[in-house]
Amino acid sequence: MANYSTNEFRPGLKVMLDGEPCSILDNEFVKPGKGQAFNRVKLRNLSSGRVWERTFKSGESLEGADVMDYTMEYLYTDGEFYYFMDPNTFEQHQADKKAVGDTYLWLKEQDSCEVTLYNGTPLSVTPANFVELEIVETDPGLKGDTAQGGSKPARLTTGAVVKVPLFITQGEVIKVDTRSGEYVARASKS
Amino acid sequence: MSERSILEVSPSLADRYGVTDPALQSIEATINGEPWFLQTSPEFALKRLLSLGSGDIYSLAKAFRSDEVGRWHRPEFTMLEWYRCGFDHHDLMTEVEQLVRYCWSDAPAIERLSHSDLFDDILGFDSLCVSESCLVEAAHALGYSGPCERDKGWLLDLLWVLAIEPAIKDRAFFVYDFPIEQAALARASVVFGVPRAHRFELVINGLELANGFWELTDPVEQERRFREDNTKRRAMGLGEVQADPRLLEALKRGLPECAGVALGVDRLLALASGLSSLNELDPFAD
Repeated sequence: MANYSTNEFRPGLKVMLDGEPCSILDNEFVKPGKGQAFNRVKLRNLSSGRVWERTFKSGESLEGADVMDYTMEYLYTDGEFYYFMDPNTFEQHQADKKAVGDTYLWLKEQDSCEVTLYNGTPLSVTPANFVELEIVETDPGLKGDTAQGGSKPARLTTGAVVKVPLFITQGEVIKVDTRSGEYVARASKS
Repeated sequence: MSERSILEVSPSLADRYGVTDPALQSIEATINGEPWFLQTSPEFALKRLLSLGSGDIYSLAKAFRSDEVGRWHRPEFTMLEWYRCGFDHHDLMTEVEQLVRYCWSDAPAIERLSHSDLFDDILGFDSLCVSESCLVEAAHALGYSGPCERDKGWLLDLLWVLAIEPAIKDRAFFVYDFPIEQAALARASVVFGVPRAHRFELVINGLELANGFWELTDPVEQERRFREDNTKRRAMGLGEVQADPRLLEALKRGLPECAGVALGVDRLLALASGLSSLNELDPFAD
């Protein structure tokens, strides 16, 4: 991979730091009066998700990381691995539980999601912003209660639990915002 | 400036000579096939006039620096630089504060503290006496893992970025009497065996607004610093820069006892307007 100098650090650039693939979040040029120039850089460690803040001497460089994001179709899980397919090449990739993390709560078979590959292996999986999932368990709905106010927990097919309005019933399909984990609307049943 | 009988002068922005300071890179301009330099400050030109008996003078003009681009850095910026004969750095700090209040009526109260007190407050050691190895240790303790140059000035800059700047985000002060390694063009004196440079900076909310010197007038010492700059430039892999012989001539002719300061006008206006970057001040910024 190419090397990138501090003046090429832009948000989103993927670089290697301490042997870990990282994504640059912010790069601030700092230079004390009549002094040496430095760069204060925020990076997200793509393996752990943690944010690192490091100071570099201006002009220092880091090796680029072979990290790419692909839109893939989620196929299935065998309990140990999750399988995804690149819809262009039909190539399949298996991701372990560490890479999938909590995203499993929003994975429905045949849905598209974003898979980040590091050296060709899934490093992380990001669900679509909105997914439609069926409710498998919730308290019975209260007839006529379509007004605002009041919510109850509902368990979805994936195991995720979201708060829904009281009028929603078991077996319904709802639309959820995966970024907040919040109920958005009823979806037409597929 | 006119109320105080300080004369405006307007030196050339492009000149045959650049600047030797290893922390400053000039933008080169080709004129008639020859390499010229856009000036990083009007300092040398103004000192030539002072040595010819101009008396108090100022320049309000653009200055240019290569390799400086960021929220608070632009390769082209507006600099107000002035010189006061018979002033020392403390007199000039008072005048800088008056000018800041003139432009920015609700500027915060401005403290004054020495460089060694500032470092002692935040890092617990005296910046004038501290050893290089102590500075390296402090940088590592603050989580810095990059390469360290064995150069006290460089290490003090690193610690400024790692520890001082983050700790002074809501403070306004003049910091004065710098370690001798950061003298730049300031005169030095030795107090209780410890040398210090009579330089000051105005720092508000972590941002350097002005840098001033009780000026060095000794041509021999000036020539030595030019040579030392070029030795550092070679060590850093930067090209050597020919020192401006006209400045040395001016010092030999005799620079009056004076203090001088350069103030970043764009930064002052940005702070006074509550902006958080220089780009927000500039209607032509991309």
